[in-house]
Amino acid sequence: MKADSSAKPGRIDTILANDKAVSLIVVLLGLFLGTILVALVGKNPAGMYSAMLQTLTGFDIDRGTWNSRYIGEWLTASIPLILCGLSFGFASRTGLFNIGAEGQYIAGLTAAQFVALYFPPIPVLHWVVALLAAALAGAFWGGLVGWLKAKFEVSEVVSTILLNYIAFFLSRWASMQIPGANTYKTPNFPQTATLSSPFLESLTNGSRLNLGLWVAIICCVIYWFIIEKTKLGFELRATGLNKDAARCSGIKVTSRITISMIFAGMFAGLAGAVVALGSFGYGRVLGGLDNYGFNGIAAALVGNNTAGGTFVAGLLFGMLASAQPLMQSRQIPKEITWIISGLVVVLISLRAGARLFLDWRAKKIARASEDALPGENAQPREDRNG
Amino acid sequence: MGSFAAMLPSILMIVSPILITAVGGMICERSGIVNIALEGLMGIGAFTAATVHYFLEPLTPYSIWIALLAGLASGMIVSLIHAFASVTLNADQVISGTGINLLATGGTTFLSQVIFRMERTAPFRLGMMPGPGGIYPTAWIALAVVFVSWYVLYRRPFGLHLRACGEHPQAAASAGLNVQRTRYIAVMISGALAGLAGGCLVLTQTIQYTVNTINGAGYIALAAVSFGRWKPAGVSAASLLFGTAVSLAIYMVNIESLRFLPSEFFSVLPYVITLVTLVIFSGRNYAPRASGQPYERGGS
Repeated sequence: MKADSSAKPGRIDTILANDKAVSLIVVLLGLFLGTILVALVGKNPAGMYSAMLQTLTGFDIDRGTWNSRYIGEWLTASIPLILCGLSFGFASRTGLFNIGAEGQYIAGLTAAQFVALYFPPIPVLHWVVALLAAALAGAFWGGLVGWLKAKFEVSEVVSTILLNYIAFFLSRWASMQIPGANTYKTPNFPQTATLSSPFLESLTNGSRLNLGLWVAIICCVIYWFIIEKTKLGFELRATGLNKDAARCSGIKVTSRITISMIFAGMFAGLAGAVVALGSFGYGRVLGGLDNYGFNGIAAALVGNNTAGGTFVAGLLFGMLASAQPLMQSRQIPKEITWIISGLVVVLISLRAGARLFLDWRAKKIARASEDALPGENAQPREDRNG
Repeated sequence: MGSFAAMLPSILMIVSPILITAVGGMICERSGIVNIALEGLMGIGAFTAATVHYFLEPLTPYSIWIALLAGLASGMIVSLIHAFASVTLNADQVISGTGINLLATGGTTFLSQVIFRMERTAPFRLGMMPGPGGIYPTAWIALAVVFVSWYVLYRRPFGLHLRACGEHPQAAASAGLNVQRTRYIAVMISGALAGLAGGCLVLTQTIQYTVNTINGAGYIALAAVSFGRWKPAGVSAASLLFGTAVSLAIYMVNIESLRFLPSEFFSVLPYVITLVTLVIFSGRNYAPRASGQPYERGGS
């Protein structure tokens, strides 16, 4: 076989072997397809991009005005997506498929609302206790899934789906028992319960940006530290990679599964608290699912289940969500952002395609170099096959 | 129990779409591919069926059936995305499934905006009419789907091949089967059935498609697959149990002596019952062994 010039390791191999680069390509591809779709229905795609620009920088290119409130709203929308993404990602690293972030989110939201309404209004302590209660409630709701899986071998896919609905109806019922509650809201929280931060608000011209931002950042650090730096994290990842091998090397697989779900639930529970205490001044009687749990899955998948990646992907999906009203004001159907989110997630599959392509390239390169130097490569070839 | 007979039509109305979807999901998982896109595929089928029915209703009396076929076709076509990603690209099967679910919500609303200039399809005048005994024809469709799936899975060579691909794809391949083609067909069947079920749901239970039309029915079907232990009879029983609990909840709200209970109690009942039965009947894992595992064609 002739050794042609393409059969050499090149830039393309380096790019495609890098998960971050592939994620970036995928996002750009999703935006590109979205642009075509907008153009196909006879709208001007420029409007879509100027809406996105305004969300990201606060700069309105059409009017030439600047308002940092948009940046604040973008970050506010991203926080629950990041936290729910961490929830899915943490379970995923242990080989569990947590579609239950939605239910854990509701558990956290409900617990936070109860603490907000019933705990004495002591500054700082009030919202700290509310956050703790939400983390605990989420951890309980997630841990329940892990326990059912470890003890009764109930598939987490099924139990999380069912527990999402159970959480939803229980939350509705519990919230409506609060005196003064009607079918959609409870009385207002005392000011001490809210996560509002005058500093962040003044920075972003009175947006709803709140202390939840720090919660999300701290959770990302905790996630990274546990998964990458501790013995527990190693055991969790080992369980996710190969359950049997983990068991054989003395890891208590069933307890790791439960622990993983407890952490996953904690992250989602905190997302619920941040939304309840950060964006609303009253307790909500949920009328439907907020879908942060489901959209968090997308953030984790695009972020490759890492803390940093999920953070960035959460910001991306938060941007798409908070750009919706701005798109609508520019006559762009706002559903395009959902389509772009969906396309990005579907296209993430191309990461696997890239891997197939790289394998094929590696084989081609190996063959070419063997042909070029017959005999010398006999030993390395043995290694490759082993 | 006379009231049960009175409830039967509504039970069957609720069970049929879930059962049809669950059978598709079962076939898919038996071939080794997990399809969590069932929810989204149902939505796409429901949207297509509602749209086609709206436009054909004034033109032909067969509009309902054409709409159902259109729903079926749309589900099958969209499921090709899942098949390509998880069979050809060997990607994580959860990823493309989640993506399709997101795409379905966005895509159907987007198309509604384009076609009807609102976030839902325009309401059609008349949905499907119940047949004798107040039972909708969808119940017979579901019954036929269950029977045919059982016959094909357990009485035809194709079914044996399909199950082999889900249990041990390498062995199936070494016996000369085309694992990838079999899995493609299985995913397309599940897409077609989910699309058909979406059409059944929208034409019997409501008058238009909105993003809330499916409201978790696809996820429940997914639960019914593993609850029913990946067998046609089990999946039917699981769907029937869930549908009965839902209609019981609707029915019990109207019983005077139970009025003191909040309505959420009845709404949550189906999910709690399913979860509790799942725990009671737990034990060893019955899932097809290779379900969810990408199959990489033999090493070279």
